[in-house]
Amino acid sequence: MLPELGQFSLILAFCLSIILGTLPLIGAHRNNVLWMSLARPLSAGVFVFLGISIVILTYAFASDDFSVQFVALHSNSALPLQYKLTAVWGGHEGSFLLWTFMLAGWMLVVAIFSKSMPIDFVARVLGVLGILCSGYILFMLATSNPFDRIVPLPPLDGTDLNSMLQDFAFIIHPPTLYMGYVGFSVVFAFAIAALLSGKLDAAWARWCRPWANVAWAILTIGIAVGSWWAYYELGWGGWWAWDPVENPPLITWLFGTALIHSLAVTEKRGVFKSWTVLLAILAFAGSLMGTFITRSGLLTSVHAFASDPSRGFFILAILGITVGGSLLLYAIRAPLMKREFGFDLLSREVFLLINNVILVVASASIFLGTLFPMIYQALTDDLISIGPPYFNSIFAPLMMLLVLFLGIGPMSRWKRTSTAYLLQQLGKVALASVAIGVLLPLLVLLEFSLAATVSIALAAWVVLSIGKDVSNRIVNKPTPIQGLRALSLSYYGMQAAHLGVAVMLVGIGLTSYFSVEKSVLLEQGQSIVLAGYDFVFIGSSAVNGPNFIGEEAEISVLKAGVEIEVLHPQRRIYTASGSPSTEMDIDAGLLRDLFITLGEEKQAGAWSMTIYVKPFIRWVWLGAIFMVFGATLAAGDKRYRRLRQRRSERARQPVAADLQPAI
Amino acid sequence: MKPHRRKRLGIILFIAAGLSVSVGLILYAMSQNINLFYTPTQVADGEVEVGQRIRIGGMVKEGSYVSAEDSLQVRFETTDFVNAVPILYEGILPDLFREGQGIVAEGTVDAEGVFHASRVLAKHDENYMSQEVKAALDAAGAAPENHQLSPQPES
Repeated sequence: MLPELGQFSLILAFCLSIILGTLPLIGAHRNNVLWMSLARPLSAGVFVFLGISIVILTYAFASDDFSVQFVALHSNSALPLQYKLTAVWGGHEGSFLLWTFMLAGWMLVVAIFSKSMPIDFVARVLGVLGILCSGYILFMLATSNPFDRIVPLPPLDGTDLNSMLQDFAFIIHPPTLYMGYVGFSVVFAFAIAALLSGKLDAAWARWCRPWANVAWAILTIGIAVGSWWAYYELGWGGWWAWDPVENPPLITWLFGTALIHSLAVTEKRGVFKSWTVLLAILAFAGSLMGTFITRSGLLTSVHAFASDPSRGFFILAILGITVGGSLLLYAIRAPLMKREFGFDLLSREVFLLINNVILVVASASIFLGTLFPMIYQALTDDLISIGPPYFNSIFAPLMMLLVLFLGIGPMSRWKRTSTAYLLQQLGKVALASVAIGVLLPLLVLLEFSLAATVSIALAAWVVLSIGKDVSNRIVNKPTPIQGLRALSLSYYGMQAAHLGVAVMLVGIGLTSYFSVEKSVLLEQGQSIVLAGYDFVFIGSSAVNGPNFIGEEAEISVLKAGVEIEVLHPQRRIYTASGSPSTEMDIDAGLLRDLFITLGEEKQAGAWSMTIYVKPFIRWVWLGAIFMVFGATLAAGDKRYRRLRQRRSERARQPVAADLQPAI
Repeated sequence: MKPHRRKRLGIILFIAAGLSVSVGLILYAMSQNINLFYTPTQVADGEVEVGQRIRIGGMVKEGSYVSAEDSLQVRFETTDFVNAVPILYEGILPDLFREGQGIVAEGTVDAEGVFHASRVLAKHDENYMSQEVKAALDAAGAAPENHQLSPQPES
């Protein structure tokens, strides 16, 4: 009975979202306040009914209701409770319900935190989101209903959750990734609302910015957790594989990064308006394309769900209608958007434009590399694949270029900057960065390495230019403490995120070039030396878990004859599905990770295993944490909360204040 | 030319130059990194040049898996149920590798027709078959009837 209620609740949510997608939009067009004011309660209604659906599905998992097909396929009575509760997003139907629920969540949050915006704008934003929401729910009802029953004879037990997914990161990765992805729909809706109303001014950009920042921060968490999970679960020692399903979030993330920078220019200077709107549409299109790729069965990957052509067509239709429609609207309305101010060829505007061009080119090249094999196959019937070297050879130089400009951008001035000023400010910084980049690796490694030099020099460039910029801003204040206090939260946010770029750069550069790995066959008592560590194979023993059986090896790690760690990699067989899984063991550290995966027992007592030593890998995710922290700080800046505070705020920002456009 | 026009022209030229350089780089990088996919029959027929980097996909032939006692080397055959190609691999196979399952291997073919794999991929979910393997089996058209590609749960 309950699952039917869940489906009924889904249908109710569909009806409400249809109303939400029509009445408030018509109301905004005709200036009917009653219809416009329906937007907020309707959004809350959609949220409540989708919430009931997802709670009922979760309950079906918790109570082992295997008559529901989705539960039978993705759970098992022996599955630990935390995975039963989260197995909701362990397959296509449930994860799409989560996706839609996330959208409803964003709608509710917009409905609550939009008191300072005019009602017609709120009605348009929520109306656009309502249209999206109704499309998603229709998709579920038509092609992928999570509440389908197995009648008349339900199985006695479920086929179990994919053993790869039974992990802590599974609890956080999908929800955060979806929340971030879907968050860009909000920015998209803001952009469409602006196009519909024809009002795109600094106030619009200011409303947008915190939403874009928060969506970006959550997407960053989702991607970083996914990368961390792939690193310790998939067992090949890597953190990014340029897998066709990893790429769409990155494409969205790059568009999103361009968007938050372009929004800054639109807010402060009233330029790049139509570009900003286009980026909002592209970031949203990227998120939908990610959905299409994972759910259409076009690809082979960890993320690919069961394929069903009708689903692919349906998502392609949603993609075509929303993106095509919004681009059409854009083409009609964009020429109306006039910039308010001009700027010189050397100005902060231009540096931010360069940032945008680099990010968009990077995004486009990943898009091309991801889709090219599919297009090629459609045209010629030949199957091809494009390997990681393609992506690395394009992405790495572009990011280096981006980081070079990252040092200059925040230092330069709006409207006009002179070359002499930039040279005077950054000349010493550049020299010092090169010196650090050359000397530091030389002193530590005692040999010259181009990779280490480039990564460290670029990271030093970012860090030193941030330091220089901060000291410039506080030098005229009576005391440094007062100076630091006067800086705005969004300024701190920006610098924290930029610092994250430097940290990530060190991580990526060093771990890519200095990681070593070795596959070996070790008998009991044998040892092997790798990167200055001794790995001694002590022996193996049987282990039994709640829903798996397996074997565990014990490897003692010694440095200079002293034991520093004992690692226990496992090889498991999940009893319900019979699927094998290797559980690597990692000794994590700020400066290096030691990482062992277990292969198989070749002859009595001798095991094959792969040992990795990966310097600075943690810095990759540490950088992401900085970025998330920065974006959150910036979104919390109080000038987004009230317009009234603008005047006092203006007095506090000496550099930008005199150039800010009138509101 | 008026100053603002010149500025706009400058920006457009900058974008155009940037775009053409990047498109050139993208195309070059892509041409260097494309791996073509072949079926076991195509490899057995000698359609692949010795040393050319390719991907091959098929089922792991039942009873063909041999693992060396004293090293990490493994040998197995991949088949589309018409022809089988021997594959040599040095290293640890993925979790879901087993006989009768679909795999995709990356590497080169030597003069004897033996495939030297540098990477072996097995699908991360045992229920579904990779598109490449399915295409290879369909092309050969000889997969046994009872060979379920995506088994449903008993219901």
